[in-house]
Amino acid sequence: MSQFFQQVINGLSLGSIYALIALGYTMVYGILKLINFAHSEVFMVGAYTGFYAAGALGIEGLEQRGAAFPLYLALVVLLVAMSASALLGVLVERLAYRPVRSAPRLTPLITAIGVSLLLQNLGMLVFTPNPRRYPPIIKEVRFELGGVIVTNIKLTIFLVTLALMAGLWYLVQRTWTGRAMRAVSVNLDAAKLMGIDTNRTISATFAIGSALAAAGGILFGLDQITINPLMGTLTGLKAFVAAVLGGIGNIPGAVVGGLLIGLAEQLVAGYVSPDYRDAITFVILIVILILRPEGILGVVRQEKV
Amino acid sequence: MTDAPVLEVTDARVSYGGIAAVKGVSLDVRAGEIVTLIGANGAGKTSTLKSIVGLVPLKTGSVKIFGQDIRAEKTHEIVARGVALVPEGRAIFGNLTVRENLQLGGFLRRDPAHQKRALERCVRLFPRLGERLSQEGGTLSGGEQQMLAIARAIMAEPKLLLLDEPSLGLAPKIVQEVFAAIAEIAASGITILLVEQNTRLALKTANRAYVLVTGEIVLSGESRALQQDPRIRAAYLGEDVHG
Repeated sequence: MSQFFQQVINGLSLGSIYALIALGYTMVYGILKLINFAHSEVFMVGAYTGFYAAGALGIEGLEQRGAAFPLYLALVVLLVAMSASALLGVLVERLAYRPVRSAPRLTPLITAIGVSLLLQNLGMLVFTPNPRRYPPIIKEVRFELGGVIVTNIKLTIFLVTLALMAGLWYLVQRTWTGRAMRAVSVNLDAAKLMGIDTNRTISATFAIGSALAAAGGILFGLDQITINPLMGTLTGLKAFVAAVLGGIGNIPGAVVGGLLIGLAEQLVAGYVSPDYRDAITFVILIVILILRPEGILGVVRQEKV
Repeated sequence: MTDAPVLEVTDARVSYGGIAAVKGVSLDVRAGEIVTLIGANGAGKTSTLKSIVGLVPLKTGSVKIFGQDIRAEKTHEIVARGVALVPEGRAIFGNLTVRENLQLGGFLRRDPAHQKRALERCVRLFPRLGERLSQEGGTLSGGEQQMLAIARAIMAEPKLLLLDEPSLGLAPKIVQEVFAAIAEIAASGITILLVEQNTRLALKTANRAYVLVTGEIVLSGESRALQQDPRIRAAYLGEDVHG
């Protein structure tokens, strides 16, 4: 039984990271009907920005002296990474997607794949392809609860995700930016008629989704210890599957999908074989596409005539 | 500034992929008027309205609002000049509540005092909406959605209101209700350009009318005079529906 709870805890924390990334896919899809494949690289760049920001704030010296990285500096690292990724996301939209926005749908899709490959290779060029050990922005403390090992890192992942989601909920439901985003996602022309600068709203959507992915990147680094420039490919793909599972375009769906994928992965790793942990995601994808292509919380969209 | 018409369209042309939908339309609307643009399905009425608010590009010609050429402006900038369009098919934000739909109508007038006042005005105009403020827009009936679309458009207190087929698909009783509200909006000082297929109703409501046939204005004048015009009577008022 304790093994089960162990896998559930690990699964929820991994799933939180998928959920954070999945939100960016689903928000952009909701507003532009575009699958932003470059999102996985925005996640990677967020992790690296956190890596370098922590280095610049002297984490190595502190580690050598055995001192912990102060919490407020950890927050600075988080904010710097979120801002950098937000900027990157906005630039990608501005430079790559906006010029092809009114082109046939295949064009932006292929553009997105191209931007993803470009950023991966730029990542290898700039960050070098070598895996890096992620700095202990939060020093690991383990404790046991009835045979289940919990670390403060897993708890942090869960709490940070929860806080960011609460913030996102508030932003989308209660602010003018959020109302504008929802209006744009329902009907672009009608949103323009309300006086909404839709380009600005689209930029805001990319900024928010990208910032969440950066937070996911830092939490991923803390959880998985190493990062590399190709870290986005598999993790990003799983997060994308999470968005599809929850119902692409649906914000709560992305959270549900992310948590379910994380849980499934850990339970398969624990009870079946760690070899199948990556495969289960795609088994889920195939099953959901056959049984409920609109996703768990998705609604069947009537094509407009 | 004072003498310029609220809206002045000169030789507007709109094409979709080489097919001309609007072939040189000129019209003007003066402050306080209700002007109607009538014509059959596919005559270019909707395209004309969309080109005024910049939702479709003008191929040639100009659109002036209070004498200012707005051809290069984006839709949200034109809206900020005090122009509102109630689009054909209403374009309600279906999964947002009625209240949120109305709030978005006042997107450019976000101060809480204005929002409150404008919302109260909409509810006075359409009491049915007041009972449904927290309902999702998509759950409203067709008539209520049309009322919501009109209410949403006046939330920002526009100077010029463009209405695209407000009677489309509505029961006669609801049409009456909607048109009574339009008259009330006009009486409050908002200038109106009304696009309608229901010619009889449009001529009854408007001061002046333009008749659009396959992208061109073929006739214009006082509504009262057009009501008596034999060509209008034959083509649009039921004596010969094949016009």
